Amino acid sequence: MIISLSWLRNHLSTKANLKKIIERLTEVGLEVENVKTPNNDLDNFVICKIVKSQKHPNADKLKLCDIDVGKGSLIKVVCGAPNARDGLFTVYAPPESIIPKTKMKLKVAKIRGVESYGMLCSGNELNQSSDKDGIIELKKNEKEIGKKYFKSSAEDVIDIAITPNRSDCLGVRGIARDLAASGLGELKKQPPIKINQKFKQPIKVSIKKEKNQGCGVFGSIYIKNVKNKESPNWLKDKIVSLGLKPISAIVDITNYIMFDLNRPMHAYDADKINKEIIVRNSKKGEAFEALDNKKYTLDNNMCVITDKSDVLGLGGIIGGTKSGTELSTKNILLESAYFFPSEIRRTAKNLNIDTDAKYRFERGVDPKSVQMGLELAMCMVLDICGGEASKLSIVGKLKNDNKSIDLNYEKFLRTIGYSITSSEIKKILSSLGCEVKAGKKSIKVAPPSWREDLKEDIDLIEELVRIKGYDKIPLINPEKENIKETLNNRQKLFHFSQRSVASRGFIEAITWSFTDSKVDSFFSDLNEEIRISNPISSDLDVLRSSMYSNLMLAAKKNIHRNFEDLMLFEIGPVFHEKKPGKQSTVIGAIKTGKYSRKNWIEKERSFDVFDIKNDVIRTLIEIGIDSSKLSISNKTKKWYHPGRSGLISLESANGPELAYFGEIHPSLIKKLDLRVESVLGFEIFLDNMPDLGKKIREAKPEFIVSDYQKVVRDFAFVIDEKYSSGEIVNLVKNIDKDLIKNVKIFDVYQGENINLGKKSIAFNVTFEPKDKTLSEEDIEQASKKIISSVQNTTGATLRS
Amino acid sequence: MENFDQIELDILNKLKNINDRSSLDLFKTEVFGKKGSITELFKKIVSLDQNKKKDYAAKLNELKQKVEKTIKTRFIEFDQVEINKKLKSEKIDVTLPGRAFFSGKIHPVSQVIDEVTSIFSEIGFSVEEGPDVENEYYNFSALNTPKNHPARDMHDTFYLDHSKELLLRTHTSPVQIRTMLNSKPPFKIIAPGRTYRCDSDQTHAPMFHQLEGLHIDKNINMGHLKGCLYYFVKKFFEIDKVKIRFRPSHFPFTEPSAEVDIGYRIQDGKIKIGEGDKWLEILGCGMVHPKVLKNVKVNPKEYQGYAFGVGIDRLAMLKYGINDLRAFFESDIRWLEFYGFDPLDVPTNYRGLSR
Repeated sequence: MIISLSWLRNHLSTKANLKKIIERLTEVGLEVENVKTPNNDLDNFVICKIVKSQKHPNADKLKLCDIDVGKGSLIKVVCGAPNARDGLFTVYAPPESIIPKTKMKLKVAKIRGVESYGMLCSGNELNQSSDKDGIIELKKNEKEIGKKYFKSSAEDVIDIAITPNRSDCLGVRGIARDLAASGLGELKKQPPIKINQKFKQPIKVSIKKEKNQGCGVFGSIYIKNVKNKESPNWLKDKIVSLGLKPISAIVDITNYIMFDLNRPMHAYDADKINKEIIVRNSKKGEAFEALDNKKYTLDNNMCVITDKSDVLGLGGIIGGTKSGTELSTKNILLESAYFFPSEIRRTAKNLNIDTDAKYRFERGVDPKSVQMGLELAMCMVLDICGGEASKLSIVGKLKNDNKSIDLNYEKFLRTIGYSITSSEIKKILSSLGCEVKAGKKSIKVAPPSWREDLKEDIDLIEELVRIKGYDKIPLINPEKENIKETLNNRQKLFHFSQRSVASRGFIEAITWSFTDSKVDSFFSDLNEEIRISNPISSDLDVLRSSMYSNLMLAAKKNIHRNFEDLMLFEIGPVFHEKKPGKQSTVIGAIKTGKYSRKNWIEKERSFDVFDIKNDVIRTLIEIGIDSSKLSISNKTKKWYHPGRSGLISLESANGPELAYFGEIHPSLIKKLDLRVESVLGFEIFLDNMPDLGKKIREAKPEFIVSDYQKVVRDFAFVIDEKYSSGEIVNLVKNIDKDLIKNVKIFDVYQGENINLGKKSIAFNVTFEPKDKTLSEEDIEQASKKIISSVQNTTGATLRS
Repeated sequence: MENFDQIELDILNKLKNINDRSSLDLFKTEVFGKKGSITELFKKIVSLDQNKKKDYAAKLNELKQKVEKTIKTRFIEFDQVEINKKLKSEKIDVTLPGRAFFSGKIHPVSQVIDEVTSIFSEIGFSVEEGPDVENEYYNFSALNTPKNHPARDMHDTFYLDHSKELLLRTHTSPVQIRTMLNSKPPFKIIAPGRTYRCDSDQTHAPMFHQLEGLHIDKNINMGHLKGCLYYFVKKFFEIDKVKIRFRPSHFPFTEPSAEVDIGYRIQDGKIKIGEGDKWLEILGCGMVHPKVLKNVKVNPKEYQGYAFGVGIDRLAMLKYGINDLRAFFESDIRWLEFYGFDPLDVPTNYRGLSR
């Protein structure tokens, strides 16, 4: 909502200056977004005198004028106007000024070989008249040379953000009322209206009784023999201050009243109405051309104003061209009606129209302002355009739900934290237009018809504290006492794992929760993608079902910028179904490039699966999972390289899936145009982590160390290549859990000297006795057990 | 009796002429080995007369100690020579780069969530979460924002179905509803998370982060709200004095509602928070609307309290001088490295919120 100070002063008598008013507006909840000085572009235009004008050397129709703008030296301007002549006072626009009509910025330019510094202006160019045949001729004297042509009527305007509950402040008077209530002056009384109307409104009006009828009241007045014209300057200035374009007196008057009182109006050319006005629901397929010059095709049940043959307008939203007023209009019908907010909103949303009237009706217009609007508009029309007005016609009636609210004095204190006297309550609420009746413990309040937002006591409390000032609310220091622990175990897990992954060298990214369906499908298990009905762009059309989708796109952007050694991760939601809660928290991490690119100290090598495996396992251990419970298998997902990826699950290969890791499928790297050899990645499924429940200190066994020497022995087997190292290690570990502390693979070999389909595998086993020193014989026995176990289970042969 | 002085002189002379470690080793054996000269002298002790024994043994021990000491000294000399030799040959250029290492980073949004959580943890709030996909009811209706209410225009909503029943939450306020429905008052929670609105330009991203706060108890009034937010702003920006302005506003789910501005000024091209005569809006808040409490089966006659919502990304921008909101989500490795935080920088109360 835009208001100017002078307009505000029409309703408010106050001594306060602009600064004070701006402060107060914000203090009472009418947030000042900014203060604009409009049209300061016009300050450049000055009165000048043509000292000498002569023919342009290279053009017959152009003149070369020496202009006095009061700066001492003369300025040369090329001008095409026939009336440019010596001694003429006119308007000069210097270079850099913007011509109001064309919005063009002037530049110093050569016109037919002669430089012109600015231009002399016609009435048309300055939006002052339609005269474009010559430059403006002013009756001025020498003293006025160099002065601004446009009076500084250009006034500061205040742009206020009006919250949706305060439709009353979509009119200047509402704003004035709030300021007056806050003690910043007095609200002026509206002058009484006395007109002697002699004849009945001749056009029949009816509101059809229908379900979902959007119109409650339709008030109208007929004015005959008007002379529509350009608005007088004061009215034009007001309209311009709103940022609107003056059109004609009649249209400007309806707009003026809308912004003055939050009372939308509409004017019809009465002669274009076919017999009568019928307000009814539209039928699907009906169409009309609106005043925004667009053609709208309507659906069923939209509130339309019609005559016997056509749709004249969308009630409360926009009028139609058919019955629009023009400068030649002789007889008009003024409409002031009440439309129901929800119907307005439904229709406007459906047709995607936004107008000032619609904006007001959907927020609520004072239902009792129908008559006042008509009378005021009528007065203004008679005043400016002349004519003779009919009596008022008001069709329809609104339910009178004059509710009164009981406000308990104590409740204010209880809610706000300080107390307020009953006389203060009375004063503030009555200044806002409420009728109040004070009792002992509470006060009865009947809110005014323009404040439909005041429905219960809490609404009144808000009014009171708003007007009294939020700065009076006491400041109560917070108590430092916890009802429960800040984070639950899941949340702690989130934080630990996030920082654990980062501490491995991964850089955290945060990407959209949505992504490109094409990319997501590469990394998705879902049967059905989760589409967004109204995505901001077609490549962000689904909720992601994998962390990889956006990470790959991020990697691509960076790689294409030549940052090819990357370690990125994200922790956040992935989505499984189109339902609240069908999401889980996943860490996705990717790694690509080289471990030590072109390094003097060691041979450069690419990151490989064992780097990423290391990363994922370390994080799993750091977040508190016992490393002995991690089961690693070669189970994998379609987006990984089938031979270079694996699953980490809890306890066994069939246990809960904790993480996948490995090389991303090479064909996806190609499809995504990542331009790198390989990308490694892992996904940790935080929701699958076991709930540790116990504190680490509670879960730990007793601290027992063996006093006896540990012994390490090496073994090497030739074994069928189908056996994984993990299987061998598990096999050996399980032979004697008490004695065997660790099994470590230190060599795997395939090639020369080893038969095809076999591999050599070497590992060492650490024996750690609990209760005695191991004798050679004990070790021999244990070793034999290991050898026979491996041989019997796998058919391996001991390598010598 | 042997001439110990002469023996000593002989040995020490020989020692003097030894020039390498292995000869010294050999000599040590010649003297102290099983058949070494001094060892042989010790063997004699048993055969000596009682009266001579004592004197002989004393002298011999003296000799032994002297020789041992000298040999040890010579060994040290040789060690030193060797070390010196080694040092001479082992000079490297330490200005050469070391082995590769990788410094990970925490995203500024994550860091700020941790900072904020740490602050609210101090004054008794715990963390709740809610789903990103929401029902229309939790996101709007339960929060006193009925269908066809203009307030919904302020939330450009992403929908997942055509009946507009399922959506991406436009704010973290539905977590209030879920928390209150699932449990009994009092409530003292914060809820950080992702939120979504379908507009996108320099200052708006289709996804951003909010932090919801809710405190409901028997005697919580607007003064508590003010106190809580003053505390928060002071702690977060790590300043003692802060200019804060509460101004009336409107949200359907709180009443009275307020927006909170903090004072700032621009100094040397950088924003100084907490002083100056310009205002910057940082959060919205208010007393929870009685209708909202009724919707979640909390009796508004018995319980009341406040709620607030802060833009986390905006807090991060203000505190860490980041200009472009969109850059948060573009995953440009250069940006992430520049603005990201060391994973060891866990915001805590005792160590300070930020370094």
